[in-house]
Amino acid sequence: MKLKVNGEEREVPSGTTVAALLPMLGIDGGRIAVEVNTEIVPKSEHGSRVLREDDQLEIVTMVGGG
Amino acid sequence: MDTAPLRFGKYELTNRLILGTGKYADLEVMREAFAVTGIQMATVAIRRVNLGQTDEPTLLDYIDTDRITILPNTAGCYTAADAVRTARLAREFGFSDLIKLEVLADEKTLLPDPVATLEALRILVAEDFTVMAYTSDDPVMAKRLEDEGAAVVMPLGSPIGTGQGILNPQNIQIILERAGVPIIVDAGVGTASDTSIAMELGAGGVLMNTGVALAKDPAMMARAMALACESGRLAYLAGRIEKRRYARASSPVNGVIE
Repeated sequence: MKLKVNGEEREVPSGTTVAALLPMLGIDGGRIAVEVNTEIVPKSEHGSRVLREDDQLEIVTMVGGG
Repeated sequence: MDTAPLRFGKYELTNRLILGTGKYADLEVMREAFAVTGIQMATVAIRRVNLGQTDEPTLLDYIDTDRITILPNTAGCYTAADAVRTARLAREFGFSDLIKLEVLADEKTLLPDPVATLEALRILVAEDFTVMAYTSDDPVMAKRLEDEGAAVVMPLGSPIGTGQGILNPQNIQIILERAGVPIIVDAGVGTASDTSIAMELGAGGVLMNTGVALAKDPAMMARAMALACESGRLAYLAGRIEKRRYARASSPVNGVIE
């Protein structure tokens, strides 16, 4: 199924959870936060949250800023 | 000597200088700048993870988070909704309930949009964030933000990244005299005297990024800023003399040889 992650299209197996998606993207699950369709998915729910076709994800981290 | 820390929310700063983490040519230099100043709080921005380059060292690898509290910002947000969304994401990192709220009006001036800031503040306060609200140097707006629950109000010295210093010390003074919450001067600091002026006026602290990060020697400038911050604070506490139009002799006027 197709997802949009940080504005980029990604093809992943159906039934993929947030927790399973992160390593597919090379993200080791450090200090990140995840939104699916503009709703935050708390870390405690990454394992149970199953993604659906056309979900739009934002995965953010901390960068330098003032 | 009064060395009481600056307190807001559940936080306490004995070092009143807060530094940003942006624009450093080299993160090692940033680490050094933080070490030589002994800062206890540093701002960070929230951005998309760079997909495909996730094995790079991350910003946090260069910040001693045991000693330095992370202050996420909402930089880059031009609407209240985006700022609130960014604040909620920042809280997910699990560091704290702190957020430096900035809602900007446009990319050219990077001046705060005070109405949108107030709107976002109300939502974030209702969600129990400890909000440090970036705003213009307008005493009326500063008071409004305090009344709506800002833990700290952060008027600008001058626009972000301009290095113009404290353009309206009169306004900063009025803000300080009427404030019931800590006031931290944020943005526009270009050199040590700017920091000192803010602190001499009685600011609770000073926050800066560009003035240090883009100095030719960022670590040395950071040290200068830390000294100025402490120096200005001490001068404020010590209580300066009144300014006079005419001279007043320091040496006795009696007993001069004839």
